[in-house]
Amino acid sequence: MPKTLFDKIWETHVITTRPDGASLLFVDRHLVHDATAQAFDMIREAGLAVRRPDLTLGTADHYANTAGSFDQQPPHLADMALRLLENARKDAFPAYGVGDPNQGIVHVIGPESGFTLPGTLIVCGDSHTASHGALGAIAFGIGTSEIAHVLATQTIWQAKPKLMRITIDGALGSGIVAKDVALEVIRKIGSAGGTGYAIEYAGQVVRALSVEGRLTLCNMSIEAGARFGLVAPDQTVFDYLKGRRLAPSGAMWTQALDAWQALSSDEAATFDREMTLDGAAIEPMVTWGTSPEQALPVSHCIPDPAAEPDRLRREAAEQALAYMGLRPGTPMTDVAVDRVFIGSCTNSRIEDLRAAASVAKGHRVKVPAFVVPGSGRVKAQAEAEGLDRIFRAAGFEWRKPGCSMCVAMNGDIVPPGERCASTSNRNFAGRQGKGARTHLVSPAMAAAAAVAGRLTDVRKLASEA
Amino acid sequence: MQPFQRHEGVLAPFINANVDTDQIIPARFLHRARREGYGNLLFHDLRYDEAGAEKPGFVLNRPAYRTASILVAGPNFGCGSSREQAVWALVDQGFRAVIAPGFGDIFYNNCFKNGLLAVVGEERMLAALTAAMKRQPGVQAVIDLPEQHVRLDGECWSFDIDSYRKQAMLEGASEIQMTLKAIARIETFEAKLLASMPWSGLRKPIPNETASSQTAGE
Repeated sequence: MPKTLFDKIWETHVITTRPDGASLLFVDRHLVHDATAQAFDMIREAGLAVRRPDLTLGTADHYANTAGSFDQQPPHLADMALRLLENARKDAFPAYGVGDPNQGIVHVIGPESGFTLPGTLIVCGDSHTASHGALGAIAFGIGTSEIAHVLATQTIWQAKPKLMRITIDGALGSGIVAKDVALEVIRKIGSAGGTGYAIEYAGQVVRALSVEGRLTLCNMSIEAGARFGLVAPDQTVFDYLKGRRLAPSGAMWTQALDAWQALSSDEAATFDREMTLDGAAIEPMVTWGTSPEQALPVSHCIPDPAAEPDRLRREAAEQALAYMGLRPGTPMTDVAVDRVFIGSCTNSRIEDLRAAASVAKGHRVKVPAFVVPGSGRVKAQAEAEGLDRIFRAAGFEWRKPGCSMCVAMNGDIVPPGERCASTSNRNFAGRQGKGARTHLVSPAMAAAAAVAGRLTDVRKLASEA
Repeated sequence: MQPFQRHEGVLAPFINANVDTDQIIPARFLHRARREGYGNLLFHDLRYDEAGAEKPGFVLNRPAYRTASILVAGPNFGCGSSREQAVWALVDQGFRAVIAPGFGDIFYNNCFKNGLLAVVGEERMLAALTAAMKRQPGVQAVIDLPEQHVRLDGECWSFDIDSYRKQAMLEGASEIQMTLKAIARIETFEAKLLASMPWSGLRKPIPNETASSQTAGE
């Protein structure tokens, strides 16, 4: 029987299936971070320990201080990163604390270290875990009780999701990147359109994306409601992984490669839902509201909620515009921003920083702007390439790795009422700080907004320069 | 967790689309230990003003809803972040159930780990509950899990729930303890999996570079 990529990996990991259809799955890789302390409390209260510390890897990210010194962060936040290290010591699994060269955002360090591998099943207590599916893995976000379950058993109960394939053919226009594709997908299917599904991304556009681009695309699956997103592994992925610190090597590499090359959906495999997009029609995207589905090409105007026939959607649009302080009919490119954030598990990898730096080069920011590399390794590489000097010369603040202003848990916040062009994944009310107004964009668009002081079509900025 | 059998309680309306877990509990409160309680953090930024005083207009601050234990919500309730604290905040505030047309996947899972019954309500049920709350703020409904019924004013609607989740809720069972009963099976499986995918074991122990490396930066 023809099988999908998802079926193939799923079946390999099923230990048993309950009469209600949920399966007990073996977890090959468990990533933990500094916002999961309560899960460790749960297993200790139950008198249990981490069952497979060898398959567990921790990093400080949500609470990681991205400023220069610790006195810039309240102690109760700094403590969270330290508590992860304490738990790691107690249970003898490796974990990277602030200042460690391998530390970084959990969804950045997994792939870059080679901890994330094709064909594996990966979980993490974070909804953006689908990112790792970019390398051809089943990866999904879980809650605190589920983290405790994985820590104690190295397994997780999960009902098999329905499968959706999103095929993006054609070629992206100049200046259009994975972030724009992700926002276009979410706009099309809605923020609950993928609920209950695993999304396989396919087509010429996806094949042409780098691993970094695929990570961005899979990362935002949850913003369309889907816990899982994945891409069939190919030569791009194999080349990316070869030689990585924790990836197989020697004879083991050859064996792994044989297994990975079989990982794609069979031609006759069927999906519960199929959707196609024309890559050539995608424009630079920007969100205008407080849900990622409230997105439009930057060339458009703020929409009029009155034109929305569905009552709940209309009310949601009205509330969003009131929160965002925007009026229908305003061209997106007339919207002035107060601040820019370049970072997060969506867009903080080397390719993202290169794209932002190429726009920033030779310009000067008009508003405060943060660049927060995704990991110590990304930071080091960017510095080796001189990107930090480009950013600094343009007036950007070059920070230390962490989740930072995407989730605003470490003290990096957008002040109330301020408007921020951000490369992160969520424009929810209050996400970047109480009263903060977020516009989601790609790294190049964020850099363009920083130097123009307003939302800007990066393609126009490039042609004016 | 507290078992759920039959519950009678006050309904409260919170019928907006796409209420994300950042609205249910803002990220800045997530560091709190579980035992410290999360009830006063529920919908924090919608519920309290700058000075920390209750906003009188917010639904849970209105006299009719202060003792509400069943939340009637809009589509895609609990979308976004996986934070289980969103469920803890509802539970600690006294909610036993949320009824909505649909839920964020991770939030839905988290509910059942904490004895909070998430009911996917059909359109007629939701319309009737909404109308009843409008007619009579503070109106009570009964949720009967064994029968899979919601009842109000002599009307009755049924709902679906998978058999395992239902049983776990009825018993208040701990999933970890249940899974650990199958530990021999897990051990056999993991040995077999490693034999078939030897590359999936980690190549070498990851050096623990970090025990002492948390520093004040460069």
